[in-house]
Amino acid sequence: MGMPLQAPMEISFDYTRSLGPVLGPFMTALAERRILGSRGSDGRVHAPAIEYDPVTFEPLTELVEVASTGTVLSWSWMPDPFDGQPLDRPFAWALILLDGADTPMLHAVDAGSPENISTGMRVQARWAAARTGSIRDIECFAEPGEPDEPGERVEPVTMVTTPIRLRYQHSASPQESAYLRALAEGRLVAQRCPACTKVYLPPRGACPTCGVPTEEEVELTGTATVTTFCIVNVPFPGQRTKPPYVYASIVVDGTDIPMLHLILGCPADEVRMGMRVEAVWKPQEQWGMSPENIDHFRPADEPDAPFESYAHHL
Amino acid sequence: MEVAVIGFAQAPNQRHGQTTTNGVEMLVPLFQELLTSRGLSRKDIGFWCSGSSDYLAGRAFSFVTAVDAIGAWPPTMESHVEMDAAWALYEAWVKLLTGEADTALVYGFGKSSAGNLRRVMALQLDPYLVAPLWPDSVSIAALQARLGMQAGLWSEKEMADVAVRSRAAALSNPAAQISGHVNVEDLLSQPFVADPLRAHDCAPITDGAAAVLLATGDRARELCERPAWITGFAHRVDTQNIGLRDLTTSVSAAKAAADANVDGIDVAEIHAPFTHQDILLRNAMGLDSSVVMNPSGGALCGNPMFAAGLARIGSAATEIMAGRAGRALGHATSGPALQQNLVCVLEGR
Repeated sequence: MGMPLQAPMEISFDYTRSLGPVLGPFMTALAERRILGSRGSDGRVHAPAIEYDPVTFEPLTELVEVASTGTVLSWSWMPDPFDGQPLDRPFAWALILLDGADTPMLHAVDAGSPENISTGMRVQARWAAARTGSIRDIECFAEPGEPDEPGERVEPVTMVTTPIRLRYQHSASPQESAYLRALAEGRLVAQRCPACTKVYLPPRGACPTCGVPTEEEVELTGTATVTTFCIVNVPFPGQRTKPPYVYASIVVDGTDIPMLHLILGCPADEVRMGMRVEAVWKPQEQWGMSPENIDHFRPADEPDAPFESYAHHL
Repeated sequence: MEVAVIGFAQAPNQRHGQTTTNGVEMLVPLFQELLTSRGLSRKDIGFWCSGSSDYLAGRAFSFVTAVDAIGAWPPTMESHVEMDAAWALYEAWVKLLTGEADTALVYGFGKSSAGNLRRVMALQLDPYLVAPLWPDSVSIAALQARLGMQAGLWSEKEMADVAVRSRAAALSNPAAQISGHVNVEDLLSQPFVADPLRAHDCAPITDGAAAVLLATGDRARELCERPAWITGFAHRVDTQNIGLRDLTTSVSAAKAAADANVDGIDVAEIHAPFTHQDILLRNAMGLDSSVVMNPSGGALCGNPMFAAGLARIGSAATEIMAGRAGRALGHATSGPALQQNLVCVLEGR
């Protein structure tokens, strides 16, 4: 068994959130190059605006405009910015107390080098050229320049979309790695639990019944029995097969746990419980270390399996 | 009902662990070691509870795959928190207090190296106004460190002292990722990672796992010569709005410490991923200079995400079980700049 396989993996998702009576006007104001705070029960102004009073926890309703200039209370230096941060060149993170506010906000300061920033330094918001009603409408803060021109009024902003993109180095387990390497050679290999002797396909890091690693490899021919199935009639984005088609729970001969796979090669309404099927591999030149090497299962020229032979999988 | 910690085990703290993000490869031998040490089998465990994170793993329901390591058949009583497993320990403690089980195994695991940890941690921030800027965990801690330096609460030399003390202590901890004898001058000659923080001020990126055994009353006495009885257990959280907090102290840590009653503590295992937070927490919890701090080396010498807090409690309990301490404190933190704090006080009898 070689080293476990690894591969880069990227996941991304756009979170879309509704804003409500405080953050909605706050984001709308940002699109108009204005910053709003909210006045708390003790008279303090919190900017960016907050929804609930930090002392009484009551909803806050009084919004007040604060300046886009302020003072640095603390800073730290980011020499090598990460993907998605406000600037792609070295910058400072800072807690900035805006003029007219009593509690600070976190944002970036475009200072060039750490020698150019200090606590007590005066800064001013630098607005993004295209504003959508997001905290990113403030591109960053920088040394004060000309006073802001008031922005044009915009329609109330009620939603905000935040794209999230994360990169990982994904590792397969030793058992999964053996399974994937075998697939690349056109072999289907399961593993047997040393305690309960059940055979798992795909093999897992540990037998979920016994909590011990599976070790013994079991070579399979790729014939299988349909235990239960569904007919997919509904189209959806990213669908690879034209409906109607069958997705089935199948028990591959020699294994003890059903897996899901696509059944093609006959009309969908001819697929039945107990039907015998066999693996259809993609052309060899398309093989990788992937379960996708098996394109689908198709009917095998065999009588159906008796119900008792698979009933315990239902 | 009395509840005690009766066992602790941890996987080696490593920069790049040979493990999947669901932790099974670390957890199987860990459970084996822990259960065998008390003559138990997995079927003797009444309740299982874990802490881990899907964002850290980069996959949905990673903790469900981790349950494979339990061998959960016949069906077992199991739960999970998307937090450091110290909070899973709290849940297990409550479960045992209800009388529904007399033993519990609590575990946490994290493969911090799978993604960009500093960047992944931005997703714990306010999703409207802060997370869209992707402020990373080290940069936020650095803002806190400077505030305390400006207020005269700690200096870069005192921060380096914490690193020196932690690394020397970790020499006795075989699971530690970093250990050794270093001196303050050498540390302070190193460049900044995030001014004012240097590498020695920040916990390393660590893959790892930890597990703790709990038992009640007579069951604990029967299984363990000197159980570490839980006499106080509390957790508190501060607002997620960083601008509203006084970052030079921790109200939540002070309150949790008061609720758990940390008077008369001999040994404290503090979960401080940054050197200045070691000093901050000691001040906030009112621990005087007689308290032995982090004999394991603490999170600065190995910080497996979602397991490091539990490992602090396990390490504190180990001091009791080994007879080196009479009364010990285990602390865990979560969130940016010590937003959330948990304190568990343990006692030998």
